Amino acid sequence: MPNDEGTAGDMDPSQLDLARAQFAMTSIYHFLFVPVTIGTAVLVAVLHTQWYRTRLPEYRRLTRFFGGLLLLSVAVGVVTGLVQEFQFGMDWSAYSKFVGDVFGAPLAMEGLAAFFLESTFLGVWVFGWKVLPRGVHLASAWAVALGTCLSALFIIAANSWMQNPVGYTTDPQTGAPVLSSIGDVFGNPVFLPAYAHVIVAALLYASTVMLAVSVWHLRRGTEVSMFHRSAKLAVWVLLVTSILQVQVGGVLGQVLTKVQPMKIAAMEAQWETCQPCSFSVLQIGGWTPDDPPTKIIEIPYLLSILATGDPQGKVVGMNELQQQYAAQYPQNGDIDYWPDVRIQYAAMRVMAYLGGIAMLVALWGIFLLWRRRLDDAHLFHRVAAWAVLMPFFIGTAGWVLTETGRQPWIVQGLMLTRDGLSTSVGAGQVLVSLLVFLLLYAVIGIIALVLMLRHVRSGPDPETPDDADDDAPRVRVPELTY
Amino acid sequence: MDLQILWFAVVAVFWTGFFVLEGFDFGVGALHRLVGRDETERRVVVNSIGPLWDGNEVWLIVAGAAMFAAFPAWYATWFSALYLALVLVLVALIVRGVSFEFRGKVDSSRWRGTWSTTLTVGSVLAPLLIGVGLGDLLAGLPIDEAGDFTGTFWNLLTPYGLLLGLTLLALCLLHGATFLGLKTDGDVRARALARAAGLRWLALVLVLVAAGWTWALSGRSVLSTLLLVVAVLGAVGAAFVVGRDGRRFALTAVTIGASVAAVFAGLYPHVLVSSTDPAYSLTIASTASGDYALTVITWVAVVLFPLVLLYQGWTAYVFRARVTARPAAPSASETV
Repeated sequence: MPNDEGTAGDMDPSQLDLARAQFAMTSIYHFLFVPVTIGTAVLVAVLHTQWYRTRLPEYRRLTRFFGGLLLLSVAVGVVTGLVQEFQFGMDWSAYSKFVGDVFGAPLAMEGLAAFFLESTFLGVWVFGWKVLPRGVHLASAWAVALGTCLSALFIIAANSWMQNPVGYTTDPQTGAPVLSSIGDVFGNPVFLPAYAHVIVAALLYASTVMLAVSVWHLRRGTEVSMFHRSAKLAVWVLLVTSILQVQVGGVLGQVLTKVQPMKIAAMEAQWETCQPCSFSVLQIGGWTPDDPPTKIIEIPYLLSILATGDPQGKVVGMNELQQQYAAQYPQNGDIDYWPDVRIQYAAMRVMAYLGGIAMLVALWGIFLLWRRRLDDAHLFHRVAAWAVLMPFFIGTAGWVLTETGRQPWIVQGLMLTRDGLSTSVGAGQVLVSLLVFLLLYAVIGIIALVLMLRHVRSGPDPETPDDADDDAPRVRVPELTY
Repeated sequence: MDLQILWFAVVAVFWTGFFVLEGFDFGVGALHRLVGRDETERRVVVNSIGPLWDGNEVWLIVAGAAMFAAFPAWYATWFSALYLALVLVLVALIVRGVSFEFRGKVDSSRWRGTWSTTLTVGSVLAPLLIGVGLGDLLAGLPIDEAGDFTGTFWNLLTPYGLLLGLTLLALCLLHGATFLGLKTDGDVRARALARAAGLRWLALVLVLVAAGWTWALSGRSVLSTLLLVVAVLGAVGAAFVVGRDGRRFALTAVTIGASVAAVFAGLYPHVLVSSTDPAYSLTIASTASGDYALTVITWVAVVLFPLVLLYQGWTAYVFRARVTARPAAPSASETV
């Protein structure tokens, strides 16, 4: 049994901390680039489609311009994704052995269905400008977008299983989960809302980036008519996604109230069971069972509505859940089943409040579009340019909420995080790799950021006479792109 | 049982395909500075693999994911045993991957020189280290009764593993130089073929020694013997046969593919040999996932894998033309 105290007792606790820090660091970093890639791949395919339909050179230039940003984002996303896949085996070999029968399948599907599609057609798209017929070239842009969306689908299916394991039976000898229904894994109630949450978030990231880049140029009066087009697209996408995300997040929250009540109670710092429950907008303290909170602002009934959809809904508190789990899992010994409440409470509020501000920015943009003042609204230009930082905080907070909120479990109810570590790896090795990746990621991140800013500042390439000749016969030799 | 063997073969096919495909772009990355003398020539060299390398690297990702799904205990034990070596592999693949993208972005010879260096170093280190790791599967690592690795980093440097790493590196270089012979023209092509001419003897010697050693370590099954013979014949052919670029490239592809496949065929029915006690070796049966999980991924692979081969083959066909310096447009320093 992996939950035996014996295995846990032998383990150096600092290996646990270091391996968790490494996974958190590499995942958060990876997810700075992934949503930009997914969302931008879709928006670039939209721009490419516009060019295909209208043949307006401005759309081609926008497509290539934002495509350049996409490529930088993909480069960092792909190479850091490799670390994510290897890390399961390297740092979490006990976990990988225990859950591989179930957890490995979606990862293999991701490789076969998504990565091949995305990376092959990205090469085709980048190098295909003068080589492919226009329709095929457009199709390759959509194949890239589809590949990125599918990749998230399988990863979220795997992650949803860690939040709410379903579709398995237990091996009588090892106690390990054995896949019994792949339909149940993809029919996991957590999966669909979580996937929608990620895809909508990706479009929110990309539209914020596109808006920031566009208003930066509008403010300087460069290529106004062209950047008006991309700003308009971005504002509409931001409006739709920021509103939709509230709904999707709400559905996900209500599912989690059922399958991970501790996570929901912790993000609200709700120690005692309540009915009806008020939402704490701001409070000080309340992070441990014997730390009475000072609530500064509260909204009656709101927590009941958010968690259950009913103003009179009941939210079970952490103290009651603790007793329940202690009785349910005696083999784990005397441990706390609640995650770090302070982190959960803060992450939830960062996500929700910044999401609200994103919506306001979108509404402001829509208002300016309606009044035909978007192109010279200098204050909006300044605000929307800085708003590009928001989605990165929102998304990071969202993942912290999801993953830290599952602790102390690595798979909810099945395996504790402390039992998932690699047995043959020491804390020293993990520390070395953590430092190596930190350094490497910092250098690459800074360079990618500087290159992105340079790309943004230099603006779209001018239209060359060669470009204008759409119907020229296709050449066999691609341009020197790299 | 049948599905277990099928998936062992699938894992072997992904590793083999990875070396056949990414092998030439490792070689091109490692040689691009020597083959291209000025910046335009180097860009020609790098762009010859431009549309292909990322898709090639997915074979590695899928090889890992297929192991995770079909043989979780193999994946977990091997990857955690290789810990520090894999950190190096990841660093090599990361700096190599971003080098392609970063290199042309700033118009300065120092900048490009830096990313040329990282591209070269990454492209050399990755096949070398992965080769050592593959060799360790057959040479054996200290694995205890519970199936856990009990050694240190130094246990990974098995003599056979080091030989296999060097052999695969030499084959990648030869494969890459031959690929450039096929995909470029003029001075670049001439220099690439000159490199290939020197490398093929080194490759032949290493393949001969590695094949003998593999045969000695392996179960000497018909299949592994056959694959080793194919690898040796391929290396001999690459050394002696003069002919069209396509034929030479096919020969290096066969050599590198058969060399990797022979290691897996030699492992069968083991997946990771224990040097502590042969009885502790991990086997196909002891590490495989359940029948239902294997059935599910089999269906997925049956539907998707032919599709992948189809569109990757189509990509190679679309970009079949030789890359030349000619179309380097004024906007050349910008991507997309």
